[in-house]
Amino acid sequence: MPRTADVVVIGGGIHGCSTALHLALRGLKPVLIEKDYAGRHASGVNAGGVRQLARDHAEIPLSVSSMEIWERIEDLVGDDCGFESHGTVLVAESDEELAGFRARVDDLRLKGFTHEELIGRAELRRLVPAVSEHCPGGVVSRRDGAADPFRATQAFRRRAVEQGAEMIEGVTVTGLARNGNVWRVETSDGSIEAPKVVNAAGAWADRIAAMLGEPVPLTVVAPMLMVTSRLPAFIQPVVILRGRKLSFKQLGNGTVVIGGGHLATPYRDRNETVLDWEKLAISARTVWELFPVMRQATIVRAWAGIEAYMADGIPVVGPSATSEGVFHQFGFSTHGFQLGPGTGAVVAELVATESTNVPIADLAITRFKA
Amino acid sequence: MNASDLASSYELVVIGGGPAGLAAAALAAKAGVQTVLFDENPGVGGQIYRGIGTTPVRNRAILGEDYWAGAALASEARASGATIVNGATVWSLDPNRLVGVSISGQARMIQAQRVIVATGSMERPFPIPGWTLPGVMTAGAAQTALKAQGLVPTGRTIIAGCGPLLWLLAAQLLRAGAGIEAILDTTPRINWLKAAMHLPDFALSPYWSKGLALLREVKAKVPVIAAHRIVAHGKDKLAEVVFATGTGERRMTADLLLLHHGVVPNVNLAMAAGVAHRWNGRQLCFEPAVDADFGTSVHGIAVAGDGAGIAGGTAAAERGRIAALAVIQTLKPGATVPNMQMMRQTLAREEMGRAFLDALYQPAPSFRRPVGDTIACRCEEVTAKQVRDTADLGCEGPNQMKAFLRCGMGPCQGRLCGLTITELIAEQRRSTPQEVGYYRLRPPVKPITLAELASLPKTEAERKAVER
Repeated sequence: MPRTADVVVIGGGIHGCSTALHLALRGLKPVLIEKDYAGRHASGVNAGGVRQLARDHAEIPLSVSSMEIWERIEDLVGDDCGFESHGTVLVAESDEELAGFRARVDDLRLKGFTHEELIGRAELRRLVPAVSEHCPGGVVSRRDGAADPFRATQAFRRRAVEQGAEMIEGVTVTGLARNGNVWRVETSDGSIEAPKVVNAAGAWADRIAAMLGEPVPLTVVAPMLMVTSRLPAFIQPVVILRGRKLSFKQLGNGTVVIGGGHLATPYRDRNETVLDWEKLAISARTVWELFPVMRQATIVRAWAGIEAYMADGIPVVGPSATSEGVFHQFGFSTHGFQLGPGTGAVVAELVATESTNVPIADLAITRFKA
Repeated sequence: MNASDLASSYELVVIGGGPAGLAAAALAAKAGVQTVLFDENPGVGGQIYRGIGTTPVRNRAILGEDYWAGAALASEARASGATIVNGATVWSLDPNRLVGVSISGQARMIQAQRVIVATGSMERPFPIPGWTLPGVMTAGAAQTALKAQGLVPTGRTIIAGCGPLLWLLAAQLLRAGAGIEAILDTTPRINWLKAAMHLPDFALSPYWSKGLALLREVKAKVPVIAAHRIVAHGKDKLAEVVFATGTGERRMTADLLLLHHGVVPNVNLAMAAGVAHRWNGRQLCFEPAVDADFGTSVHGIAVAGDGAGIAGGTAAAERGRIAALAVIQTLKPGATVPNMQMMRQTLAREEMGRAFLDALYQPAPSFRRPVGDTIACRCEEVTAKQVRDTADLGCEGPNQMKAFLRCGMGPCQGRLCGLTITELIAEQRRSTPQEVGYYRLRPPVKPITLAELASLPKTEAERKAVER
């Protein structure tokens, strides 16, 4: 007799763990299968930005609902996840860039979203005193912040287990087959039957989708990050750029995390990445120009997490188009950490009730059909 | 030499200028392999021959004839045609053999067809209560100061630990005129039983007579006390050493406590390159899995010398030659080279006494797996108790431990705590070090400044983006 569950969640990143928690909170019995351990890849090693700023319109509803959860994260998972809210600032490096930002903020207001706010030189200097003189302004999202990614993912995992979810780590899904009214999920350690399946397999989610006969244009990427030794506190908000790739954040312990999307070479079958130092040098030069105070800082570590990037840069969230009872939740395209709490709630709602009020139609997998 | 004088690629990059690196570079370059050797110190020699050619210690008897043997290796390497770059810090090596190196603040990426990692050994962590106090340092650090600057400790000095290097250092310091109050010998008595079976091999090795002579020399001048628990006390700096002996607790006032529990492979660079490692249960450390030519699991990357498992300086040079010969056979198949069989025989003779030394000088568990408030990770000030408690909560490995406690995430990149953390987790979870594993090591394996990284030459694509 195979094991049974109400839902099999594939993937132990923040999304899978959040969905498992929200399913358990609804009284369902989820089993989560993770091939390594929870938070081993992108969810555990990302930059930790909790950002609504500068998101694609299609995912703003999920981002806004996630933000509400982040702001009371300790109530949900029993751990503050290191979440601190000092805002995210998108810095404009020229007047032309600032004009473009203004157009976007105006457009968002017309659509009813007010979290992005245009700021001029004075307010930029007040928020980010260390920024270089050449920057004329930017956009701030004041409720944004940052959290500790591995700790947050582990907190969701722990609370999910406390609420009745089962976690199976170090086990790989090898097949999916419909067996009457249930799905039979074959794994490297036996099979599990459940009426519902959630595909939250991150950089490996295309393989699950392919098992269902719905190929997706997913690229495996590995955004690089580096961290400095401790410096005296000099910046509170997270800073991002548009024209050049940079995200920049000082943690409470004084270390500075530098990212922004330059890519390493991923080897997803070996869980390995090979860094590209010439690209990291570009980040170093950008920081050099933007924050002169950083020039003698010491880089102590660089790394990259393996994750999925969709052809259009936005995630796949919603029911499978080919397979009843299967729901997708992947492809967050290097900005999925903040979306974890809210998307887990929405997918759990979908699984349990077949519907949700949060608009996610633009994220459907059907958009890739020729 | 400046970073800009380097070629963008070399047939062979040797990393580390100790005996293995020097011997490897010399042999390869003589056979016509285009070779560069990067060494981070101001002069070649590594730890064992540190300061060879520049040391202010003129009296040859102080450091001993084995030390001066390094001069021949160094001059052979210099004459070989290899490019030898000192003050060159290698901070990255990837599986494609792209080498990140920094020279006088200038960084470069160098592509290598073959790499020989000869980064040698480092001292095993010796986490006792008070080991972070000023006035407590490793015996190796004292030896470095003696060789490089001719510095001899003054004040009341105590040496504690076990291992062949402990006796060598004690002898060198005594010859240089240092006063040593006592040697606290931590060799567990039971180790003599375990080592006895390896004694016949050891008696045939070159270390036998040398070792006995060293012991006699030191014991004639310094009281040697068997101790099984050691605590360093002091407010802002070391004041007193308290230790347990067979007949009860004793205390001695001290200005300097030198700790030594043997050396272990310095694995950071090889691990960061993705080289597979395994636990050596005899030497109680991780070492790369190597073949007979010291090739690793990563194509084109060899690890020679003590970095491939501790065997001492003479063996290291032989290993370097064997690794170089494998490179020559691939890249310059027609070159005239020495007989490989002879090298293997020399190496086997050198390695012969190792089992005895490993068994005899295996540090006691209580010195490797601390308890309570004793600091395990110095950089982030993480205690043994924190590590044990976190393991009890379900933390299964060093990488999760990093995320929970930040241990291993400071500037030393785990060199001073890696083995301690692995052993603590293994003990707490009733697992094995092999099972628990080591930190996943991330480059840069040596810290570099943002300015250095920014100094990397721009890529073609980046230059075009700016011109446009």
